[in-house]
Amino acid sequence: MSTTAVQPVADERLANIGLGARLLRRPEVGSLLGALVICVFFWVTTDSFGTLSGIANWTDVASTLGIMSVAVALLMIGGEFDLSAGVMTGTTGLLMGLLTTEWGLSMWPAIVLTFVFAAGIGFLNGIMVIKTKLPSFIVTLATFFVLQGINLGVTKAITGTVRVAGLGDVPGYDSASKLFSSTLWAPHNFRISVIWWIAIAALATWVLSRTRPGNWIFAVGGDPNAARNVGVPVARVKIALFMTTSICAALVGIIVALRLSSVQAGQGVGEEFTYIIAAVVGGCLLTGGYGSAIGASFGALIVGMAFIGISFSGWNTDWRFLFLGVILLLAVLVNNLVRHRAEGARR
Amino acid sequence: MTATDGQSPLLEVRGVSKYFGNVIALKDISLAVKAGEVTCVLGDNGAGKSSFIKILSGVHGHDEGELLVEGETVRFKSPREARERGIATVFQDLATVPLMSVWRNFFLGSEPTVGKGPLRRIDVKFAQETMREEMRKMGIDVRDPDQPVGTLSGGERQAVSIARAVYFGAKVLILDEPTSALGVKQSGVVLRYVVQARERGLGVIFITHNPHHAYPVGDRFVILNRGRLLGDWRRGEITRDHLVTQMSGGAELDQLTHELESQLEAT
Repeated sequence: MSTTAVQPVADERLANIGLGARLLRRPEVGSLLGALVICVFFWVTTDSFGTLSGIANWTDVASTLGIMSVAVALLMIGGEFDLSAGVMTGTTGLLMGLLTTEWGLSMWPAIVLTFVFAAGIGFLNGIMVIKTKLPSFIVTLATFFVLQGINLGVTKAITGTVRVAGLGDVPGYDSASKLFSSTLWAPHNFRISVIWWIAIAALATWVLSRTRPGNWIFAVGGDPNAARNVGVPVARVKIALFMTTSICAALVGIIVALRLSSVQAGQGVGEEFTYIIAAVVGGCLLTGGYGSAIGASFGALIVGMAFIGISFSGWNTDWRFLFLGVILLLAVLVNNLVRHRAEGARR
Repeated sequence: MTATDGQSPLLEVRGVSKYFGNVIALKDISLAVKAGEVTCVLGDNGAGKSSFIKILSGVHGHDEGELLVEGETVRFKSPREARERGIATVFQDLATVPLMSVWRNFFLGSEPTVGKGPLRRIDVKFAQETMREEMRKMGIDVRDPDQPVGTLSGGERQAVSIARAVYFGAKVLILDEPTSALGVKQSGVVLRYVVQARERGLGVIFITHNPHHAYPVGDRFVILNRGRLLGDWRRGEITRDHLVTQMSGGAELDQLTHELESQLEAT
């Protein structure tokens, strides 16, 4: 029927896609290499970094960071930021603490309520960003300060101090801490949060690469108009991502609270940028539409290894901020190159 | 494959008007799109082309007149509804996500899945193979389905959108200025896709402000001017020069255009 059908023409410009080019297209490659370099460096230069107890140490730091940076990476791929992610780990921990120590709930109902509350905050963040069409940077900055104020104000008003303590005496503490804050493999004591981190990273990777919602996350971050035109529910996807981030913050808040059996009112403040740095180091573009959960996990691993490596080396731990700044800058430069290759090659 | 007369058109508008407040965007437009025909809608900026597409594709409702799909009066509430009735719109440069791979773009919003419940996942193999097959029908050999759409040329990106619309059962294909952002060679490629879509029995509405692109592929030419229908010709009833003249609103402007073009070519 078709007289004008064009014969497929082999395009010589597409011909050779070697393994190298394929690898470089993956967003997490840079962070994997970075993680290897840092790992080898501290392994060689310090005594305890490479021991099992040392590994337990830096995977512990990386785990709570990693849970959050995976969630933040999903949100960033979806084209949004959440600056309230750090303070939310404090808010949720405090809420669980107050529910149990002040208002007499036992641990498990308090944990359920805390997750529900976190989902609600995430929903609010999402709906405000969608309705106002303001940058999520601004909207969640507001949430950040509101929550920071509430954390301090409410905690002081109720307990008279800046911490909620005594979670260890609450019924259900033992079973809850088994799930959220126990350790494995004595005497090295790997944290169970590492398992949570790996599970969440695996789940996020599965969702991103193999499910419809994953496809939609890339689309709403890459080009919301195009996504809308082909019937992707843009608002719903974005709101769900904000809720995921807040729920993960609640998980981390609960893990930290149960681990210490107390919560500081200032918990988590400032951490939000570390999450974003880990995600960016892992290959997420600040402009959205590109990145991976595995990359964000490597990013968290780099930060965790550096923090512990710096203290094992006997250096002043204040240097870690300099380190964060430098790797962020490097990562952004590398990501820009990757983006130009992927997006603008033949414009 | 040309539709016989007497068969009801795939898409028809009768005396359609659209007002935005006191602005008359469209007044009394009538047009019928038949299977296997390319209808070119021409007009300068502000002629009402965009409002017209938006009514056809379900973005806006119309204020007066009738919209008929295969002889049945309809009123679209959303673009999705129009799509379900087989009317697919390919918006210029708003149709694909550059950083996503070709196959992900092809199936975006309608991903094929296998498995149930929490194990429900995209059927990647099927998606990749189908995409390659559909693109091959358009004359493009996509060797690497994971290639980001952004690395394709402008014409190829339009081809992805068109192939996608055809695959998902479009009967009427609305192309919004598909050639306006493209170079000469790429425009030629897209025009070939337009003809191909017609050969496959689709009704094509080709919106453009370039009569030189419309003339070689159109079966029917409609010119919009200031929201009104300025003229409606079948192929053979109008010469290319006359079309250009009508379009630009006078022989004077036409001459100016050619003068400028030859000057530009000389430099």
